[in-house]
Amino acid sequence: MIAESGAVVSFPALSLLIILPIIGSVLVALLSEKRAEYVKLAALLTSVATGAISLWVLGAFDAHKGGFQFVSRHPWIEPWGISWHLGIDGISLFLVVLTGVLFPLVIAGVDPHHDEKRYLAWLLLLEAGVMGSFLSLDLVLFFLFFEIVLVPMYFLIGGWGYDNRIYAATKFFLYTMFGSAFMLVGIVATALLARQDLGYVTFDLVTLAEKSSFATDTARWLFMSFAIAFAVKVPVFPLHTWLPDAHTQAPTGGSVILAGVLLKMGTYGFLRFGLYLFPEAAVWARPLFLTLATIGIIYGAIAATMQTDLKRLVAYSSVAHLGFIVLGTFAFTDQAITGSVMQMVNHGVSTGALFLLVGMIYERRHTRAIAELKGLQQVAPIFAAAFMVVMLSSIGVPGLNGFVGEFLVLIGSFSTARWWVVIAATGVILAALYLLWAYQRVFHGEPDEANSSFAELRPREGALLAVFIAAIVFTGLYPKPMLERIEPSVKKLIEHVEEHSDFVQPDIKHSEGEG
Amino acid sequence: MLAETLTGPEIPWLDLGWALTLLAGTSILLIVGAIVPRWRHGLYATFTVLTTVVSFVFLVVLWGRVTDDGMASAISKSIVFDHFAVLSLVAVLVSVFLTALVTDGFLRREEYDGPEMYALYLTAALGASVMIVANDLIVLFLGLETLSLSLYLLAASHRRKTESQEAGLKYFVLGGFASAFFLYGIALIYGVSGTTNLLEINGTLRGSIDVNTNDALLLIGIGLLIVGFAFKVSAVPFQVWTPDVYQGAPSPVTGFMASAGKVAAFAALVRVLIVALPSRIDDWQPVIWVLAVLTLVGGSVMAVVQTNVKRMLAFSSISHAGFILVGVEASAHANRTDAVSSVVVYLFLYSVLVIGSFAVVTAVSGRGDGATSLDDLRGLARRRPVLALALTVFLIAQAGVPATSGFIAKFGVITASVDAESYALAIIAMLAAVIAAYLYLRIMVSAWLSESSDESAVEIPRGLGLAVALCVVFTIAVGVYPGWLLTLADKATTLLGA
Repeated sequence: MIAESGAVVSFPALSLLIILPIIGSVLVALLSEKRAEYVKLAALLTSVATGAISLWVLGAFDAHKGGFQFVSRHPWIEPWGISWHLGIDGISLFLVVLTGVLFPLVIAGVDPHHDEKRYLAWLLLLEAGVMGSFLSLDLVLFFLFFEIVLVPMYFLIGGWGYDNRIYAATKFFLYTMFGSAFMLVGIVATALLARQDLGYVTFDLVTLAEKSSFATDTARWLFMSFAIAFAVKVPVFPLHTWLPDAHTQAPTGGSVILAGVLLKMGTYGFLRFGLYLFPEAAVWARPLFLTLATIGIIYGAIAATMQTDLKRLVAYSSVAHLGFIVLGTFAFTDQAITGSVMQMVNHGVSTGALFLLVGMIYERRHTRAIAELKGLQQVAPIFAAAFMVVMLSSIGVPGLNGFVGEFLVLIGSFSTARWWVVIAATGVILAALYLLWAYQRVFHGEPDEANSSFAELRPREGALLAVFIAAIVFTGLYPKPMLERIEPSVKKLIEHVEEHSDFVQPDIKHSEGEG
Repeated sequence: MLAETLTGPEIPWLDLGWALTLLAGTSILLIVGAIVPRWRHGLYATFTVLTTVVSFVFLVVLWGRVTDDGMASAISKSIVFDHFAVLSLVAVLVSVFLTALVTDGFLRREEYDGPEMYALYLTAALGASVMIVANDLIVLFLGLETLSLSLYLLAASHRRKTESQEAGLKYFVLGGFASAFFLYGIALIYGVSGTTNLLEINGTLRGSIDVNTNDALLLIGIGLLIVGFAFKVSAVPFQVWTPDVYQGAPSPVTGFMASAGKVAAFAALVRVLIVALPSRIDDWQPVIWVLAVLTLVGGSVMAVVQTNVKRMLAFSSISHAGFILVGVEASAHANRTDAVSSVVVYLFLYSVLVIGSFAVVTAVSGRGDGATSLDDLRGLARRRPVLALALTVFLIAQAGVPATSGFIAKFGVITASVDAESYALAIIAMLAAVIAAYLYLRIMVSAWLSESSDESAVEIPRGLGLAVALCVVFTIAVGVYPGWLLTLADKATTLLGA
């Protein structure tokens, strides 16, 4: 049972996490375009303040409790039973912190080149939407944030992206909205059908999950209506085709956010809503999602190998990485889901950093074509070293963060999804192949004329990357603080699943938090 | 004298104050407008706005009376007062209020300033109101004709533009056909039931279910009525006139047709179906289901290939009509009359959205009201960022993005539909909304993401600016805090006699 618990706090930290960026966005929109420095300062201050609060939440979070903490609950649309219900647990904690930290970094470190005011206003609105998605414990409130995110992201891709940006932005918007269409009907149906058990209509997640029960078939339909929305967002093969376009065409800042936190809204949605609300249906759907995840891992890796555009390569590697997260989610073991949550954060850090690096290459060379890049290591050794560390983290080399999550997913899934894991594990090898091969082509060899003037890492860029690399190394060497906060919530979730379905987690003796 | 022998029905003058105000407003505009050569700038619009405000005050009183004393019929049961009617009436008044503000600047730009259009808005509103409160098919038809004739004239009121006259004529001819269908439907139903009063029709039909003598005639009658309504709400396949008329009519008028016209037609449709024909639900519900699906899908798919903003919005209004039909379909299910409130909420919120959208189009269309292609919108964000932002708010609201009134409207209808277990229809509606979103995205791309070839300034008259600002504030306020509206609408769940 997942019940609400946690420290009584004196100020509404979680509400502030959502409201501050909105205030910042409005402030930025109202400031005059002529005072560019104030515009940037306002955006930076509000995003830093939001990040600071998210770190404060991390510090004040009670590590050994599995339930929701910092719960804030107010009636919102009373006639419909919708409330402003926020809470945070081990599953959402690090995603919130990642969001809180990533946005100020992007605002400070990535230059949009034109119309900075509008860019910053959309970016802050996006932050509010992402925060809201991770914090909402009310189905309609979640849907609100989940859907509202589309608008700023659409404008960011469409306004500041590359040549084919409008096509990519439109595709992104329509694909996600297509998924949400099913989810909205699912959300409404869930609340209305639960009325039979509850006697009243509520969209409150905890109430619905704990106190209502659905007929088996009904629950499966409802689960699938949610799953389509999340599968598009993740994206799960074969619904992934919007992702390479959106990632490639988005401006660097947009790609970092998209890979860093936006995709996690899908994988997070599976855990928070899919598994929690419809445990039996989730168990029933296991083979489907395990298979799709495995296909995604292999397909993403093979597709990445064949890309000629460096940014597209990273985008396809995301498809593969997110396959691991889905695989771990539907393995239903403590280790695998803990690994999945870990991997959500790790992928955000390492792929976010990769997109930053690719963005820096584009700034210097105005091309992302692998064939036109050569021998960068000779002219920019520090840059190459930074790229190397981030890349190794993405590959999942032990000692860096990528390894911890991927390893936990694979080992945790082995007992419940053995054959899928056997195939998926080859994805790890393929990841090494496409990334190392790309590195070799871009950085090794003698630089030709166009590449010989490639500029070395600048201090601002270095500072930005240092934050990412610090996180990569720290998590890789000492994952315990993260694991011990994630695991209690994951355990509760699995107990909930076991309680409401025939599924029983195989009993394996494992030492806690070993990575 | 005749009057001594004939005792007329008792007339509740106070309850009809809102209608009398509209009538008085029209008369003053026409008579005084004809006598006094020319009013000062903006005075016609101000007068119209004041008329709607006074009328609104009467409606507030009426709302209170209905709340305290319950629903009531009046004038020999030919009209009814219930919360559903009052809320719909408010939506009509809001349409007139906003449209008058938009029209002011438009008329001066086109150098047509005069009282005629405002008077026609008020008569149209009067016709719409009569449709909303009508409890008798003949009264309903009177309202329908008053509304329609006013709209034909309004559509043709841009005298220098041939498109406008073409629109008026087209609307007139096709509308005439629809009225004929409608009237023939009334005649057949009268033939079967022996009455035109909605409550009495229900009584007679309920009694005759087993007898089944004239069912064929009755079904044809119902069918013809629905065709008439479907034309008025521009449901597919009776939508053919809509794009041409919406495109040709002066932009403020288009907004008015899409708001007040739809509110009246839908309110009347709901009342006729729910009050007069509940005993034949099994016959008309599938028809509404099919109409809803065709309208949803047809409206959004056909919108995709358009290049004129007014035409696009015309198709979007068709798609919205489909959404409202989803609500009507839901209210057909047994014990689900509460879906009726989702219909009126949708109409209310959509009215404000569509008038706001067409207000922006009015501003952009420039002198001659002709610059309404997608290309003419290009670079609006550079030329008039605030106007572009307002347009964006209206468009994402129409797409149903949360935190706007459009989401509240769609959510209500979808909830009603799911509650009635019409899952398929709910999903079709949401998917149609995705297709329709493409249309709104295309308009936004033009406004924000395309460079402008034309750097001419976009004039924003004061009244129009005020109307747009009010619409934006309302759209977001209702999206973020809809509780008050839903509480009001909760009262509008039962119709008198249903």
